[in-house]
Formats: sequence, structure tokens, C-alpha cells
Amino acid sequence: MPTTTIAGRQIDVDAEGFLTQPDQWDEDLALTLAANIGITLTDAHWVPIHFLRKDFETQKETATLRRVSTVGGIPVKELFVLFPGKPAKKMSYIAGLQKPKGCV
Amino acid sequence: MRTLVILGGGTAGTMAANKLRARLAAEEWQIIVIDKDDNHDYQPAYLFVPFGINKVKQVRKSRRSFIDDGIEVRMADIERVDAEARLVHLGDGSELGYDYLIMATGTTPRPDQTPGMLGPEWRKSVHEFYTYDGMLALKKSLKDFQGGRLVMHITELPIKCPVAPLEFVMLADDFLTKKGVRAATEIVYVTPLDGAFTKPVASRELGHHLSTRNIKVEPDFMIESVDQEAKVIRSYDEREVAYDLLVTVPLNMGADYVAASGLGDELNYVPVDKHTNQSTAYPNIFALGDGSNLPTSKAGSVAHFSVEVFVDNFCELIEGRPMTHSFDGHANCFVESGNGRALLLDFNYETEPLTGHFPLPVGPMSLLKATRANHVGKLAFRHVYWNVLLPGRPLPLHAEMSMLGKRVEPQPVDA
Repeated sequence: MPTTTIAGRQIDVDAEGFLTQPDQWDEDLALTLAANIGITLTDAHWVPIHFLRKDFETQKETATLRRVSTVGGIPVKELFVLFPGKPAKKMSYIAGLQKPKGCV
Repeated sequence: MRTLVILGGGTAGTMAANKLRARLAAEEWQIIVIDKDDNHDYQPAYLFVPFGINKVKQVRKSRRSFIDDGIEVRMADIERVDAEARLVHLGDGSELGYDYLIMATGTTPRPDQTPGMLGPEWRKSVHEFYTYDGMLALKKSLKDFQGGRLVMHITELPIKCPVAPLEFVMLADDFLTKKGVRAATEIVYVTPLDGAFTKPVASRELGHHLSTRNIKVEPDFMIESVDQEAKVIRSYDEREVAYDLLVTVPLNMGADYVAASGLGDELNYVPVDKHTNQSTAYPNIFALGDGSNLPTSKAGSVAHFSVEVFVDNFCELIEGRPMTHSFDGHANCFVESGNGRALLLDFNYETEPLTGHFPLPVGPMSLLKATRANHVGKLAFRHVYWNVLLPGRPLPLHAEMSMLGKRVEPQPVDA
């Protein structure tokens, strides 16, 4: 697994830049990860990111867009506004998690 | 006497029932299968009938006739499972106790979950091909189609047989060419994925098949609604795709009783251990087939391979021994590509579909390459399904995936 330096720290990432060690993540790192993809985090952004982190603790995998919407209670439409284009990928990237499994 | 109740008499439920009946002593074990009706459909034919590759009469048989005589079959709706009390509540008000429960009630297309999909044009200019009625309606619309925009659309993953929409557009290309209206038709493939398929090698190979057929891919499309009046589908990020004939894969969900029983995830799939199919909540409950949350394809081959592993494990479990067999996520899928050819995909949890050859006692089939042998294999499988697979007879296919013949590509090097 490659290692990269983000915000002055050594971070393990996969080929697409997603963190492979969720425990290397904290909120400071999230600010830098968000900036990498052109997003400035607001209070509205933090809600789904905190949901993803909390859900991962119990589920051991990244929540899908549907799960963030049905379990986390954030409408899909809003997620598309907050994380334009590819909300599932962008949210999980900023939350320091693997992208949700592209189901086969 | 101990009781095993199996909810669902489809591919997984029927195979599990028949295989276990042969292994469990009749004086010690009662096996009961519950299903809502007596129709067992060969589901791959749902895709073929609209193109005239299979006949309507080849699709449906009696469910009971494929279930061993030593198994009780009851027709009833399922209301709810009370896992603490080990009871199944049925639609007729009766209840059924069990020692072990297998949930094998599959996945169902839910057009009601997307605003506008079930409008007045449903089964007229808006179709699906995952049900018997849907298959018949689509057959008629394709027969009448005289050109325009044909849009194949996938709502959200996971879906049953994830390669079927790809097969649909390739078969449609072939069908419309022979009908003489291909030049007057634009075929568009609209997907929530970022390419033709989920896994890189297969996405590249299959994407190539689409581009050579002049089939346009509209990726990253998350549908918000269907507007049947304007004849467009709209995404959450406000893109529109116009259609004359829309063939969609509606949201797939597990059965409603799963949610009512508190045993499902957000799509009503039963969370299970991915190597044993055992419920993560109750050790005496298993979910087999499409209705579990196994992170692999919802496909007959997965049902087949995982049931074989399950049966060995179950026999150990009921004798109080640890379960020693492990399902590896093995799936193999034929992908019809038109012109009497098909591709073959073979993969598991760890290994994505690769190119190469598939080792079979009857001679090698090519992986991810369109050949006539693969097509013949796919058509022949209908007989294998009814006569070998469902009765639980052994097939010369291993539950565990083999790397023999697969071409492993060098991994991209990171900068």
C-alpha cells in the first residue's frame, strides 16, 4: 500500500487516494482532504461525514448513499448539493474511509 | 423431531431443501418450504423471451414438482418472523415454529420507490425485464418498436444479475439490426456506476463491446424521477436523458416481511457472515440466495455455490460441531453479446473477473471474450437448471473459484 504525506503526516492510501487506515483520520485531516477535492467544509457537510464515521464503527464498512439517506436522514438531493457529482465517493474520501463497495 | 423451515422455494430454497432432505434423517427432521405461489420461473429467460431467444412456455414450471416428496410445501404469504420466539407468522393467521430457519425470499424490483416510474406508461413505454409480466410487455413493445431513443437504465446497485442490463443492450443492438431499424435507433446505457461494470478489467472489456456497437454510456447517473409526459429521466444533479422506449432496472429490495421482522438492512437484505450465510443476529437463522447481504453478485451461480457450502456447514452445526466450510464469493455469469455469442465471467470476493480460459471437463470456455461456445453453454444451462441443479444433483463445477487459466494483469504502479 502506498503512503503519502497529507497535512504533514504520513497517511496510508489506496491507488485512488482513499485512506486505508481509518484510525489515521481526524477532523483536521478532513479539512485538508476536502480542500484536495475543492470542497470547503461547512456545518452541513459535517453531518454526513460524522454519520459515516459513526456508522463505520458498528458496520465495519462504508455506508452507501442510500444508507446515509435512509438511516442518516439526509436527503440524497442535499448530498448532491454538498458533494457535487459523486457524493458517495467524495463523502467517503473526506471521512477517511474506503469508497462504498461498488456492488458486483 | 426437529423442524427446518425454508422461506422461499426459488433457486436457493429449492436446492437447499432437496440437498438437506437427502442428508437429514426423515424420522428426525421435518422440512417445510413456504412460498406464496406454485410458479417457479427460469429467470434468465426473462431477458431472452423479449428477443425471441426463448419461448414463453419455456419459462415457468410448477414449484412443487421440483421439491422432493419428503418435504412439506405450503402456499402462504409471510407476515413476520419472530426470531426470539422461533415462530413464522403467515398471512392466513397461522404460525409455524422452527428450530432452524432459512430465509431465501430473494430480491424484487420496486418501481414504486422511484417517483414517476409507475405512471400510466408503465409496461407501455416504460419497462423492466425482471418479472414474468414485465417480460411479456417488453416483448410486445420491442416487436412494435420502429426506432428512436432506446434507453437502458439502472436505478441503483445491488441488482439481480448485474450483467443483464449489458446483455440487454447488446441483444437489442443485434435484434434491431435484424429488424432493420438499428440505423434509426440510438441506444443509451444509463448507469449509477462510473463505467460499464463495477470491476476494472470487466468494465474495460465490456465497455469496449458497447462502444464498438455504438451504444452510448451515461455514467454516474443517480435517478431522482421519471417524467413520463416529457419522456425523460432526471438525476439528482439535474441531468435529463430523453427516451422513446425506457427499459429500467427498478430499485431492488428484499421482501417486506424481512423489514417487519427487524432482520434486514436498509434494503431489506439479511446481514449474514459472508463465508457461511449465517445471520449475524441469530445463529439458527441463515439467509441464502439474493435475499442476503453477501457482497457479491445476486445471481443463480452464487446461490448454487453458496448452498453447497451451506449444506456441509449445516450438517456440522446441527451435530454441535464447528462449521468448517467457507464460501469464497464465487460467481460465474454468461453474458450474451448478440450474434449467437456470449462472454463468460468468473470471479469471487478477492479476484475480479479476468480474461483467459475457464477450466471445464467438457473443454475450455473463454473468459471475457465473445465466443459461440459460451453462447451454446448459456442456452444449454436451462436444461441443466431444471434437471440437475434444482433437484440437487452434483454438477462438475466447483463451489470454490479456481485461478487455473485466468490471466492476471500487472497491477498499476503508483507514483
